[in-house]
Amino acid sequence: MDVATLRRAVTVGLVGGLAVWHLSLVGMVQAFQTRPIITNYVSFGELLPVLVIPIVGFWASGSRGATSPRSSAGTVMSGAVAGLALGAMIALLCFFIEALHPNGMLINATPPLVQDLRIGFDTLPGTLIQLLGGAAIGAAAASLRIVPPTASRIFVVAAGTMLGFGVMKNLVFQLLSNMGFNSGATFLYQGDGLSLPGALVLFVGTAAVVWLWATRSAGVVSSYRALPRQNRQIAKIAAFGVAAVVIVLLPTVLGPFLSDVATTVGIFILLGLGLNIVVGFAGLLDLGYVAFYALGMYSIAVLTSPVSPAFHPQLNFWLALPIVMLIGAGVGLIVGAPVLRLRGDYLAIVTLGFGEIARIIFLSEWMTPYVGGANGIQGIPAPSILGIIFRDQPGSAPGGVYYPLLAAIVIAALVARSLYNSRVGRAWAAMREDETVAEATGINTTVYKLLAFSLGAVFGGVAGAFYAAKIGVVFPQNLDILISINALALIILGGMGSIAGVLVGALVLVGLPGILREFAQYQLLIFGAVLVAMMLFRPEGLIPNRSRRAELHEADEEPAEGTGGEEAPGTVANVSRLVTESASVRTRPGGSP
Amino acid sequence: MAMVRRLLGLHERLSVVDVVLALLRIGVVVLVVTGVWATLNKGTFTLKAWESLAVSGVALGAVYALIALGYTLVYGILFMINFAHGEVFMSGAFTAYYVAQWLFLSGFLAQNPVVAFLIVLLVAMLVSATIAVVLERVAYRPLRNAPRLVPLITAIGASLFLQNTFRGLYGAGVKAYPSWPMFTGSLHFGDVEIRVTQIVVFVAAILLMLGLYWFIERTRTGRAMRAVSENKDVAAMMGINVDRVIMTTFAIGGLLAGAAGILYTLLFNQVLFSMGFVPGIKAFTAAVLGGIGNPVGAMVGGLVLGVLESIGPYLLLDGFNIPTPNQLTTVVAFLVLVLVLIFRPTGILGTKDAT
Amino acid sequence: MQRLLRWSATITVLLLVLAACAAPGASPSSSAGGSAVASGQDPTTVCAADPFGCVKYGPTDPINLGTSLAITGANSSLGLDSQYGVKVAIALRGKVAGHDVKETDTDDGCSADGGTTSATQLKADPTIVAVVGTSCSSAGIKAAEILSASGIFLLSPSNTAPSLTDPASHQPFYARTAHNDKIQGAAMADFACTVLKVKSAATINDGSPYAQQLQQVFADNFKSKCAGTITTQEAITVGQTDFNSVLTKIAAGKPNLLYYPIFVAEGALITQQAKQTAGLEHTILAGADGIQTPDFLAAAGSAAEGMYMSGPDLAFSGTFYESTFIPKYKEISGESAPISVFHAHAFDATNMIFDAIEKVKLTDAAGNLYIPRTALKDAIFATANFKGITGNLTCNSDGDCANAKISVVQVKSGKYVRIWP
Repeated sequence: MDVATLRRAVTVGLVGGLAVWHLSLVGMVQAFQTRPIITNYVSFGELLPVLVIPIVGFWASGSRGATSPRSSAGTVMSGAVAGLALGAMIALLCFFIEALHPNGMLINATPPLVQDLRIGFDTLPGTLIQLLGGAAIGAAAASLRIVPPTASRIFVVAAGTMLGFGVMKNLVFQLLSNMGFNSGATFLYQGDGLSLPGALVLFVGTAAVVWLWATRSAGVVSSYRALPRQNRQIAKIAAFGVAAVVIVLLPTVLGPFLSDVATTVGIFILLGLGLNIVVGFAGLLDLGYVAFYALGMYSIAVLTSPVSPAFHPQLNFWLALPIVMLIGAGVGLIVGAPVLRLRGDYLAIVTLGFGEIARIIFLSEWMTPYVGGANGIQGIPAPSILGIIFRDQPGSAPGGVYYPLLAAIVIAALVARSLYNSRVGRAWAAMREDETVAEATGINTTVYKLLAFSLGAVFGGVAGAFYAAKIGVVFPQNLDILISINALALIILGGMGSIAGVLVGALVLVGLPGILREFAQYQLLIFGAVLVAMMLFRPEGLIPNRSRRAELHEADEEPAEGTGGEEAPGTVANVSRLVTESASVRTRPGGSP
Repeated sequence: MAMVRRLLGLHERLSVVDVVLALLRIGVVVLVVTGVWATLNKGTFTLKAWESLAVSGVALGAVYALIALGYTLVYGILFMINFAHGEVFMSGAFTAYYVAQWLFLSGFLAQNPVVAFLIVLLVAMLVSATIAVVLERVAYRPLRNAPRLVPLITAIGASLFLQNTFRGLYGAGVKAYPSWPMFTGSLHFGDVEIRVTQIVVFVAAILLMLGLYWFIERTRTGRAMRAVSENKDVAAMMGINVDRVIMTTFAIGGLLAGAAGILYTLLFNQVLFSMGFVPGIKAFTAAVLGGIGNPVGAMVGGLVLGVLESIGPYLLLDGFNIPTPNQLTTVVAFLVLVLVLIFRPTGILGTKDAT
Repeated sequence: MQRLLRWSATITVLLLVLAACAAPGASPSSSAGGSAVASGQDPTTVCAADPFGCVKYGPTDPINLGTSLAITGANSSLGLDSQYGVKVAIALRGKVAGHDVKETDTDDGCSADGGTTSATQLKADPTIVAVVGTSCSSAGIKAAEILSASGIFLLSPSNTAPSLTDPASHQPFYARTAHNDKIQGAAMADFACTVLKVKSAATINDGSPYAQQLQQVFADNFKSKCAGTITTQEAITVGQTDFNSVLTKIAAGKPNLLYYPIFVAEGALITQQAKQTAGLEHTILAGADGIQTPDFLAAAGSAAEGMYMSGPDLAFSGTFYESTFIPKYKEISGESAPISVFHAHAFDATNMIFDAIEKVKLTDAAGNLYIPRTALKDAIFATANFKGITGNLTCNSDGDCANAKISVVQVKSGKYVRIWP
């Protein structure tokens, strides 16, 4: 193995070591100790540093930067070296903590942490485990590169599934019990994590499934493709139908707590759809989205609650909702008009300011006579139709506000999609690409920007209204910038401009912390890391829409041109490409997000 | 007629937005004048009270100015807002707390307070500079050619990450700096009483700014920085190592922010993981106010914003009988930003180029 | 654009139809819990008769006690301190009704949102028999509502906002062992009038329900008891650091006393800046239980010297507190001294729940344990002369159980020294 590879492996290992130091010192390793993956054997906290090792080992054994072609032994060795370096870093941290007792400064650098990092063993065996274990796991991860791809895929998917089932015990256990598979649930799980036999069954079972898929799938896919178009359509509709049934029946299957999480996810989906229009479609970076959310929340409270100070018209929820939408649109226009002439970065800061201003105003003594100040407004009645009450109370519809929310999401998604495929959507795309050229082709950018902003405000307001209806009280302390960041993060993760992406983003960034309570403390930390990582490696998001991906990677194709950060030059070539693209978007059936 | 038009800021083609903006201009002027007149009439504050508020505003403004310099230097070269700069400001002060604490507990502080202070200052500046450089290298350099939205989002992510990392590392409670024995008390200048800490903050900030000015104008690296901010590609062609210059810019911004952090603790004594966020935004406001990309503008903008923030809420709102206007301090700061961006986006002193 | 109009029209029509169909909106119901027959011996009939049913434990299952306390964030010393109190109670009690006890801890986030989340999480677990919490009144308001709707009892060791036990807004399954701020505010006013003999005062609150209500009670009592004047009642926002302007305004009114019953971060800054504000040099500074922690003393430094603070009276009668409770607290928490002031209330709350369980428990032939929820609630409300560390506790029908004794401490040489009564 040559020096360059060796040096690379060590560097990667050290970087991984830094990551593990970070995870340990901010307290994640210890916080996750309480969540066992396999009860009595492995907890997530112990697993966390261990999980970094395969990533490091795999990365180090990649062939980039190698000066000579790699042999299998070389690959495995580099993985081992990286793992060893990482293990050494962990050992170093343990000694550092034991020698210096820095827990006056670094509050998590405590003996219990050392215990966890040594997996419960004493100093000498523990350190040996760290070093040798690191090397071994690193080598194993590197060896995934040299075994046939099917085998590595089987292993990764099976291990991942086992991990997933272990971490999501609450969700899976509830689901299985509510669907009647009690025996299955108790077989798989024991205590707060997987039982040992359950874990093994999962691993083997998933491995078998993946193997079958890998060997037989080609046949299945080709026979599917060979079907006449008609049947394929039917298959798609059937699949869609099944998904719809699942979604409709979800509250009954999930039980009350998980339905509550699902409703929160739903509210954020609405927020995400709205922000998606502003940021994803029109390209306006709005960091103060929480202002419209707050507006919707408080509007519904004032309009429907009997104890709202100042005015209490006590309207019906369904009557109040269009008023909230109008208020949202109006405020969106008023706020948008002065600021939409600003350039991207400035717009971001200004909207951030608006978000903060909204919170401060709703909290201030000045507005207390109208909106209740610190004590908020209570007593918001639950929405109801024909006697069915949509709130989490005994005797009401399952899932609380789930069903009306679901309807709202469906409508919102349809509106967004139909706008995307319309003239308005194409105007937005043109503005996003190059504003000057768009103006030149006759698009009144101001009007379209205002439209996007107001629509976003409407969606945000409706989301706020549903939140108020769900909880029954509104407090200004909730109106953190956190909500704006949350909404932004989930559309970044899912893919800007992609409606399916919003769903995925919400499930991951809102659903996961809802189910895994230990994440709550580290939510923002993880968000930050996710945002940076996504921008560095996959700015178009997890489920990108095609034109977006092209836009974002166009810069990769022409690295030497222009000064970074400036707007892409508006050339004739770009404009014609845009026109062709939008034409093709319209004619391609089902090809939009 | 043309004069009236220009006064109201109307362009040749009169659109709805222009009308709205013109109305907004008139409205703002009317509100400000009415508010100030009503407050002064009401007389809640004596002249001495206003003076003391102005003094504390200047001191705080000096801190904002130092942070704003970091923003403006980076913007001048990369045309991006380093959203995470507020956390750079926080990191130095927060880490140096432990050094200060250790010096205090070991008695060194009592014996050699000046040396102790300088040590703490140095530690803070170095930590902030390191964080700034690492930030640039890891998060910003790979994205130099990406569309503008991307580095901005990265900066937001980095800001969140840094803030919460420090929270996880050091805990969520407030930490109080030990008081510096040589900075207690206050001096009288005629009618006005100024605290020693306020004087120290102001003087230190001015010294640092002068140091920066000398560095940019008189040294070779400074010249390289100016060249790169003028035109990156041409500078590269002239043999300047653009990457190194950018790194230096971030480092200098970090040094200044670290110093600002310590000066901030002289005024407020506490550090907290979330202390960087709001001052960061306000410092950006200051940079825009003075003229983004223009270092002198950042200094002026900082001082102006500090005073506006201190005096503004009561001066403008007390007259309208709005209770507790101090809750609306941040609102005033942001409104200043919005108004400046709408009506005079080049700032008080103008940006260094006409963009 | 046409499309947009079409969509808007469709949606409006839809909503109007819904509005027409809707029954008059149902307000959140505080369910009327009837009292169940607790004397019946047959668990099945008793549980069937109880509107909320029973919690059932197998012969070897541990009893599951929930907690909802502010264990993370800036006020975590408040929540953690209470949590340790609960742990001490469980450790010293041993078994309850022949079963071990386990804890399910959740974070109340010191906010309405956090209270909602924590309550929803707890109520989803059918093995939770009762909950000790919340720490903050803002969380308590929501948590009490949600848990009451499911029949789970919430006993708070540190909620002090008057609205929680006000007959108009009291939730049926809620009570507290902490004092009602009506008493704390009145006590502070009493102290100000009779001991400090001040004629004018100003207050500051931070926008939280706790601070807002407490300073209002103080102001009302100060005016009525000794005809004092309140020069101004100011408010700040959490996270603010520069209080010069509000302090200058307060100084203009020349109050003798400045009362700011808020939390550590802002409290420390106000204390320091007040000392530097012209016009407030001779004003007496006073706070409340939110800042009675070692963190505050560290943060405010020498500026806090001489400051007064109201809070629950920790001068407990008997030796139990010093000889048994404190050593166990130190052992469990690893701290060298209690980190806040409500640990004793949490201890008493836990024991009250345990006593009530002992009273209403039912067992069947197979050895399963049944605890009827409504009967448990009635038993807790029936608590009279319960000998807790915080005194003889008797619950009234509105949920105030505390033997409310408020004391005032002063900061002397960097320590809290009890000076009144």
